[in-house]
Amino acid sequence: MKTCLTALISSLMIFSPMAYADKWSDQFPHIKATGDIPGDCSYEKMSKKNYKGKTLKINTHAIPVMGEPTALHAEQFEKLTGAKVEVTHTPAGDLYSKAMVPFQAGQAPYDVVFGFSNFINDWKRYLAPVPKKYMNSPEMKDVTKSHMGVSSWDGTMYQYPVDGDRHYLKYRKDVIDNPEMQKKYKADTGNELRVPRTWKEYAQMAKYFNDWDWDGDGEKEYGSAEVMKKDDLMFAAFFSRSVAYAKNPRTPGGFFFDLETMKPNINNPGFVEALTDWVEATKYVPPGGTNFGLGDEIGSFGGGQTLFSFSWDDAFIAAMQDDSPIKNKVGAAPLPGADRVWNRVSNSWENQYNQAPYIVWGWAVGVAKKSKVKDMAFDYLCFFSNGANHQADLAIGRFGVNPFKNSDFDPNIYINSMGWDPEIANSYTQTLLDMEKSNNRVFPLRVPGVFEFTSAVATGTSKALAGQLSPQEALDEVAKEWEAIVSRVGKKAVQDAYAVGVKMEDNKL
Amino acid sequence: MNFKHKYFFLFPGLFVLIGILIFPIIFVVRLSLSGWNSYNPGLDYIGLENYIRLFTDDPRFWESFFRLSFLSVTTVILQYVIGFALAHMVWKDIKFKRFFRVLFLVPMMTTPVIMTVIWRTFFHESLGPVNDLLSVFGVAPKWLTDPVIAKFTVIIVEVWQWTPFMFLLLLAGLLSLPKEPFLAAAIDGASPVRKFIYVTFPLMAPISIGAIIIRLIEASKIMDTVYVLTSGGPGTSTETSSFYIFIKGLREFQMGYAASMSFTYLIIMIISLTIIAKVLTKVLLKD
Repeated sequence: MKTCLTALISSLMIFSPMAYADKWSDQFPHIKATGDIPGDCSYEKMSKKNYKGKTLKINTHAIPVMGEPTALHAEQFEKLTGAKVEVTHTPAGDLYSKAMVPFQAGQAPYDVVFGFSNFINDWKRYLAPVPKKYMNSPEMKDVTKSHMGVSSWDGTMYQYPVDGDRHYLKYRKDVIDNPEMQKKYKADTGNELRVPRTWKEYAQMAKYFNDWDWDGDGEKEYGSAEVMKKDDLMFAAFFSRSVAYAKNPRTPGGFFFDLETMKPNINNPGFVEALTDWVEATKYVPPGGTNFGLGDEIGSFGGGQTLFSFSWDDAFIAAMQDDSPIKNKVGAAPLPGADRVWNRVSNSWENQYNQAPYIVWGWAVGVAKKSKVKDMAFDYLCFFSNGANHQADLAIGRFGVNPFKNSDFDPNIYINSMGWDPEIANSYTQTLLDMEKSNNRVFPLRVPGVFEFTSAVATGTSKALAGQLSPQEALDEVAKEWEAIVSRVGKKAVQDAYAVGVKMEDNKL
Repeated sequence: MNFKHKYFFLFPGLFVLIGILIFPIIFVVRLSLSGWNSYNPGLDYIGLENYIRLFTDDPRFWESFFRLSFLSVTTVILQYVIGFALAHMVWKDIKFKRFFRVLFLVPMMTTPVIMTVIWRTFFHESLGPVNDLLSVFGVAPKWLTDPVIAKFTVIIVEVWQWTPFMFLLLLAGLLSLPKEPFLAAAIDGASPVRKFIYVTFPLMAPISIGAIIIRLIEASKIMDTVYVLTSGGPGTSTETSSFYIFIKGLREFQMGYAASMSFTYLIIMIISLTIIAKVLTKVLLKD
């Protein structure tokens, strides 16, 4: 009943096209679109807590992505509860070690630590499980099954969901859906111009639309913006390109490794095909595109420089913000697939269409087991992601907060609160929803020493992109390194941890 | 008289020395004999396993070391030549001498990370001003994405940032030179070039050796420029030893292995810098 009531009130607020004024939105303009939304950690509820004299220490990412909402909600939390909140901002690459060093030394300089969801295996022993009262809250019940899985380890939730991430395709709708462009493309190439179904189609279109001014703004545009800079999340981009060729729904038991033998799959022909495509992609990215990190990718696609992009939501949200030159000119679609997929059991290609969503790791946050203010820490996190804050955060691309609740897949949120074109809002929410429903998903690698594995992938693939090694040589090198890491960490430890992820991929959890 | 109490006054200095120099080195050595990593924290004892791995199964470390040697030697030579030229220029009585002396020091006073971010923006191949200007001449070098050019981009930034340090040391050296040899050369009618070759340069040799060694030590620790500018890429083409150790230690959290690399690197640097100092002394101070 309580859930229904909450949903009803939330819906009324969401569907209202006008700013919603209440006493809380007057004090906190951030939530002016919805006002306070009733819930266990609403503004109203938090104002009744008294944490005066207590200090909450948080380590989060640099401003703006996740760092800005952390600081904003900390300030709001201070005003509501009387607590003192100290926020430290840390670059993405150092989030892991900044928490891990004191964790390993038995200290807890931070009560709340932000990081990425794939840290979970290494961090879980130092984090407090999310208490039952939060697990049973209506807000938590609204979190999608995928993101409950990403935040949990073998049924225990260690990371409080504040963000939902997945990789999908973003494209320039004003080009792909433009009848004149379609005619011209057909005449020049003999192919249909449409949302690419495969990575080969993606490459053909990206090459065609590379290095000329196709939107008439007086500047050249390019084919694709991708994260290709070494050590700047490029491994995730590579996995996005690999899933179509290497995640075969008919061969359960591991995408990254063969779970039984723990032999890496990373150098099988599926991954090699993906890397070969990626090397080819260096020809249709903007100048300097092979040194693009995530920020560059967001700026490039969001600024209207490229036809395509794929990775986290941020580039899409940036493109759809009011100040964007391409607002309502972009579309969202599932990651391209492939016309063939590798069967690692029969060691052969299967000539049939395959597509696999990549539920990539994203922002995650936990409370240190040794924190002396755990209650306050969890209240802060619950407040961070309450209905009003979450909806307001979703509308700001630079915040890096993306949909992870079932209620987020309602297109009306984006149409009414953010001014999106209904067709785009529908394609966006449908794309995300379809990923949730897919039975052929790939989840991030979450094993002990995960950074060693992903770092090896970044090094190997970047050597291939730079032309230092062929795709096969590069991935053979990665496979060799992965075998060495498995041997160092211990086969059983990696296997046991990997089994949890495989269960999710094989739809058994 | 009994002066034994004097040893008491040595304790504070000794204590600080042990605390900030000896203990960290001993700890690094001990750490290097452990398998401390993200999943197995603690000072267990695994013998020489990390060193065996380093010497037999990690070509990337040695590649990064040779790359570092190339980068540091090249940058220091360029810094020396440019720094000497600038110091020589403002050593003379020229107009706005004081202004130039301050101006030449500005790059050194800026924060390396911030300046590298600015350089990265300059060299951005699609949005940066450098290629915008060069496009007038029909060229657009791949400053950060070509494996060979990226090395030179790192060199440009390093030379810009640290030439002022060389300039400062060499200018101080020039200002401290005795006047008599220059007067004698002038009386003998020596040309400016001969004066430089036979008087200035030999007199500056001891200072030059010191400046080069100091800069070599600093240049061999190059990390922030690489981190911000290229992340060691494209591929591994700009990866240096310190950046590689950083990746292994603080990205992958292989603390034990990173410690073994750090200690090996320290030993190599001590040996190679001693040899370089001897060679420079022999060559430059032969007379």
